[in-house]
Amino acid sequence: MAGSSGPHDDVPTTGHEWDGITEFNKPLPRWWLWTFYATVIWSIGYWVAMPAWPLIEGHTRGVLGYSQRAIVAEQLADSRAEQAHYLQRIVEAPLEEIRTDPELLSFALAGGRSAFAVNCSQCHGSGAEGSVGYPNLNDDDWLWGGSLEDIAYTIRHGVRNESDEDARFNEMPSYGRDELLEPAQIEAVVRYTMSLSSAGGAAAGEGAAIFAEECAICHGEDGKGIMELGAPNLTDAIWLYGGDYESIRAQVENARGGVMPNWGDRLPPETVKQLAIYVHSLGGGT
Amino acid sequence: MRVATNCLWVGLFAAVALYGLLVMLRAADPGFVLHGLLFLAFGIAAAAFTVRTALTPEPVLSGDGPNYNTAIVRAGVIASTFWGLVGFAAGLWIALQLAFPALNFDLPWTNFGRLRPVHTSAVIFAFGGNVLLATSFHVVQRTCRTRLAGRITPWFVFWGYQLFIVLAASGYVLGITQSKEYAEPEWYVDLWLTLVWVCYLLVFMATLARRREPHIYVANWFYLAFIVTIAMLHLINNAALPISFFGPKSYIVWAGVQDALTQWWYGHNAVGFFLTAGFLGIMYYFIPKRAERPVYSYRLSIVHFWALIFLYIWAGPHHLHYTALPDWAQTLGMTFSIMLWMPSWGGMINGLMTLSGAWDKLRTDPVLRMLVVSVAFYGMSTFEGPLMSIKAVNALSHYTDWTVGHVHSGALGWVGFVSFGALYVLAPVVWQRERLYSLRLVEWHFWISSLGIVLYITAMWVSGIMQGLMWRAYDSLGFLEYSFVETVEAMHPFYVIRALGGALFVAGAFIMAYNLWRTARGDIRETEPLQVPGAIAPAAA
Repeated sequence: MAGSSGPHDDVPTTGHEWDGITEFNKPLPRWWLWTFYATVIWSIGYWVAMPAWPLIEGHTRGVLGYSQRAIVAEQLADSRAEQAHYLQRIVEAPLEEIRTDPELLSFALAGGRSAFAVNCSQCHGSGAEGSVGYPNLNDDDWLWGGSLEDIAYTIRHGVRNESDEDARFNEMPSYGRDELLEPAQIEAVVRYTMSLSSAGGAAAGEGAAIFAEECAICHGEDGKGIMELGAPNLTDAIWLYGGDYESIRAQVENARGGVMPNWGDRLPPETVKQLAIYVHSLGGGT
Repeated sequence: MRVATNCLWVGLFAAVALYGLLVMLRAADPGFVLHGLLFLAFGIAAAAFTVRTALTPEPVLSGDGPNYNTAIVRAGVIASTFWGLVGFAAGLWIALQLAFPALNFDLPWTNFGRLRPVHTSAVIFAFGGNVLLATSFHVVQRTCRTRLAGRITPWFVFWGYQLFIVLAASGYVLGITQSKEYAEPEWYVDLWLTLVWVCYLLVFMATLARRREPHIYVANWFYLAFIVTIAMLHLINNAALPISFFGPKSYIVWAGVQDALTQWWYGHNAVGFFLTAGFLGIMYYFIPKRAERPVYSYRLSIVHFWALIFLYIWAGPHHLHYTALPDWAQTLGMTFSIMLWMPSWGGMINGLMTLSGAWDKLRTDPVLRMLVVSVAFYGMSTFEGPLMSIKAVNALSHYTDWTVGHVHSGALGWVGFVSFGALYVLAPVVWQRERLYSLRLVEWHFWISSLGIVLYITAMWVSGIMQGLMWRAYDSLGFLEYSFVETVEAMHPFYVIRALGGALFVAGAFIMAYNLWRTARGDIRETEPLQVPGAIAPAAA
């Protein structure tokens, strides 16, 4: 074979040649062989210790009695036990008592923050900042009330869902889609609505008349909303679906309303209470 | 006999065309109608090719030389290069999508979910598969000193395989998928690949059978193991019932955890036999060939071959640690993965130690350096793999970017570099050129791509371990520390670095494509300062 000479050239090759390629027949490297044996021996030891080989019925159990499922159950039980003292008090204490007890409060805030990250951040954002259609929970504007009890109720029963008959519910009419108002009237009332939060204050005119006729029953004569009905305050420049002309018009013409699950059916009561404490700490009021 | 075979081929191709036509007339799914058109066009073109070949007299053997079929290897080199560029570019695109989701363009055809299998199939099956076809057809001829068996069959294998690639990729983009990772094509594409693959096996075995060497060279054992095992994996994992012969949808016969285990038995051995055994075949021919040194140890090659083949097939369950898979199956998957460490390293030792006595060539020959660095990456990945299969490690690494980094150190470093090295060696041989157009461009390719790989895998290590630690972080009161989206946000910078690494790798591949194209044209860059002994005409080797 053509090519340079090397350190093993005194060692014979196997004697075969394929397209110019030959092979030395050097022994297996010792370290390689012994490491291979070591992995085999370690594996056999592991099979003895752990569940390993399938049998006709069942499988070898292993001398350590290992079971992944049993370990998970045990770890879950342990973590519940570690928190049991606090959880029990959270279940029993009224929300206001939790809020005013520093020890319980710090536990509830930690648990609430964690539960919020897992369950709520998908819609409300990881900082509870909300987005279009999903309320910001940091501000003072509460659609259904910002007291501890109001927040807990909203979390427990949700909004406009079909799985809890006590869910918060309201429905704004679609003035355009259902032809309840003429386009010109809609434009007028939208302009009026925009004026409610403007520096100049509420404008007079046709819009004001339509507002008083159609909107004031829920949003209040002054447009400051009625919390018991979940009707938003229109004077605070905080908008769920946007505050520019097009966005407001879209809402008046074709009203939308978000849906929130009833977490009381999905989360244990102590978690709902921790969530209420946490959300209240962000921007809660009365 | 020959006439009968040709008639059989024409009959088969006519049936394919007819089926394509029926699909076009009866299918409701527009994607499937397109696939009917592809079957129709392929059937007609293949039948015409068969008739033309049958009417052309067989080339007369010049002297008693083996009269190698180099045309099919040339076709394989071109296809490998082309699909490589497509697959790497698709990978770069989806890497950028992960960093900048706007690049999904809000279109169904360009979203990450559809492009990701385009990337994986294009790099594994289109690029890797064509490299394996080209090199195996080259190696089996040269090491058996005989022409490739068959006149029509090798070309059917080649073009049938390209049709498989086009059917698979266009199906993904149009939404036709059976949603099994690395086995996404639907039932009819699977059947087509089965036909092609059986022909591949026949061509390979018939060529081995007519060899003019007393022994079968080690590279061919690896190729044969790859072809046979992939056939078995493909058939069992894809067992499915189609809803209709004129619709793309089918249901896999496996269900639940059995389906998951079958899938990962397949998925892991696609790595083991497609990307390891097959590419070790490449390594065993091209490294001693290029280094002009004997293979280090024949004995090691036998022992590590059989150990690798026997152990690899049991390691799949390590993809399903801490799932519904029973404990005992997880134990076996993990222990067989650990035992696989040394058999894998046997190939690395034989590759690297073949260089003893010729280490100086690494300094002067970038092609050999590429081949040798690929073996180093192979060694690294096959150490990392068993490490990650240990349940305690897997508890942290599973589902994170660490897995992605591990795969890519194997895919870019090992499979990519050994393929590039082989293509650089093959091109001057099969186009009968004196040498490559430019070794300096190979240097550029080597360093740019190496930098890209290092950026890629280090970014994914950091990102993956961070991700795993964030997922499992608890605060002092026992509550989860982070939301999922916070982990995604934390990974963003690493996604950008990964995309940068990918961009460098793609750039390197474009340099290679240019170099190979100029080589095929017969150009030689005159101002080359490098003179490499290994890079002379094949006849002198």
